[in-house]
Amino acid sequence: MKCDVCENEATVFLTQIINGQMTTVNLCDACSKAKGVTDEAGFGLAEAFLSSHPPSSHAAAEPACEACGFTASQLKKIGRMGCPECYNTFREGLDNLLRAMHKGTTHKGKVPARAALIPDNPPPVKLLSPPPRTEPPAQPPPPPQLQAPAKPTVAQLREQLENAVREERYEDAAALKKEIDRLNDAASTTPPPST
Amino acid sequence: MNFKTLINHPADWMQGSGPHSDVVMTSRVRLARNLRGFPFPGYSQEHQRLDLLNLARPVVEGLPEMAEHYSEDYATISKIKKQVLVERHLVSREHAARAAGCAVVIDARQNLSIMINEEDHFRIQGIRPGLNLRSAWQLVDHVDSELEARLPYAFDRELGYLTACPTNVGTGMRASVMMHLPALALTEQINPVIKAIGKIGLAVRGLYGEGTEALGNLFQISNQHTLGEREEDIIAAIEKVIERVVNNEVNARHKLLEDNATMLHDQVGRAFAILRYSHVLTSKEALNLLSLLRLGADLDLIPDCDRGLLDLLLLEIQPAHLQMRAGIELSPEERDVRRAQITRTRLHDLKGPAEPPPPSGPAEPTGGESPP
Repeated sequence: MKCDVCENEATVFLTQIINGQMTTVNLCDACSKAKGVTDEAGFGLAEAFLSSHPPSSHAAAEPACEACGFTASQLKKIGRMGCPECYNTFREGLDNLLRAMHKGTTHKGKVPARAALIPDNPPPVKLLSPPPRTEPPAQPPPPPQLQAPAKPTVAQLREQLENAVREERYEDAAALKKEIDRLNDAASTTPPPST
Repeated sequence: MNFKTLINHPADWMQGSGPHSDVVMTSRVRLARNLRGFPFPGYSQEHQRLDLLNLARPVVEGLPEMAEHYSEDYATISKIKKQVLVERHLVSREHAARAAGCAVVIDARQNLSIMINEEDHFRIQGIRPGLNLRSAWQLVDHVDSELEARLPYAFDRELGYLTACPTNVGTGMRASVMMHLPALALTEQINPVIKAIGKIGLAVRGLYGEGTEALGNLFQISNQHTLGEREEDIIAAIEKVIERVVNNEVNARHKLLEDNATMLHDQVGRAFAILRYSHVLTSKEALNLLSLLRLGADLDLIPDCDRGLLDLLLLEIQPAHLQMRAGIELSPEERDVRRAQITRTRLHDLKGPAEPPPPSGPAEPTGGESPP
């Protein structure tokens, strides 16, 4: 099997379940090592996000978490929440996602002893550790795919895939690969959310 | 406790003991937990991760289970040390890829490790030898309750423990079992077994988790669903499946001995010969040959071969373990030479495969060659 980045023989196979379907990204030894555990900047993406989209700039455009500023499109892109409060902000539509991932949509397991102290509808929690608004930290430039056009071509998607692999965003990579496969196959739709 | 002291004392789960340890190497349970009022690590800035770390680390280090512990901040730890911890499954590959604002605290016996600022604020992991998920769950459950009494967890009555990724929400629990399945692989039954496991909602992965190859016939089997079921029920369901796979593997081993003894003796004998006498061993070759040797030891084809010796060797020959022992960074070629050297030393006192009993009944095909 060929590496999705450089066409060498793939030896590392990253498998993700997306919308209940398995998607695999294949990497050769060199590409996986080059982007592997030696990367000290494991948080690079999030910080690139934060520096290019400070929380305050989202507010007008689309639904965003009051506590941390995380937006619906970021959720769709990363497939992860920004903070615990995001589960309240993005609660609508979450049940469908959870139903596809789990056995149910209601927790049946352990309950912390302290849970009795948490009110039914707690007010939004302000972050104990808010981000500084004035001076964003020096960060690498945002990855180009953040400004990608709405309907990217296969070539653009391949470029995004390479970036995703380089930055270890394997879930994005899996979604991109799936999208490329789909475009290659037949009609194109928007990429599925990462899970 | 310093790193050297930790690493020089192998944990009991590394030494081939525990229920069904001929087929099940380890059982692990990890819990994903987060604190209210802090963004998840993947969406936080360094100063936010540091705030959480400064709040949480003293609490984690103060746990009774961590009375004697090794604690390391990722701002200062070396790459090789991190990799050694990954090879021991004490930290995840994902956590090892991170730097400042992260830390890991490991108990002296290496049964419990708590990663701070992994994908979630806490990943609490318990490891037990053999098939013993219940015991691993009891350990992490207890530790979790102690942490919860001291720190404000993010918990929702309907959704349970809130995690960075919705795939972990609910119990936040991943229970996984590392299995050694050489006979199912040799008899080409492994793929149907893996497929069947996948169909009932469990994940099958290679030695080092997601996306890694199943080297050395080692497979990790774990739950994928975390919401809508109780922890005990998830664990009971996995154990039931694992017990069935254990039976399949044991039956396949006996069938190999009955129907294909010559092939089995040949494979085990060749594995022993290469491991005992070679001077260059790649990681892949060593893992696959050690798998055959472990099979030979389990079936008493190799007299007085202790499974624990092989399981420890499996760790010792990993790249970072080799480099830590050498005290310097080694090229892959240098590692292959050192890997062979350690393997020869460790297997030095083994007698080698016993001569098999002469086949009874119809003679097995010998490929037209005359016996030595």
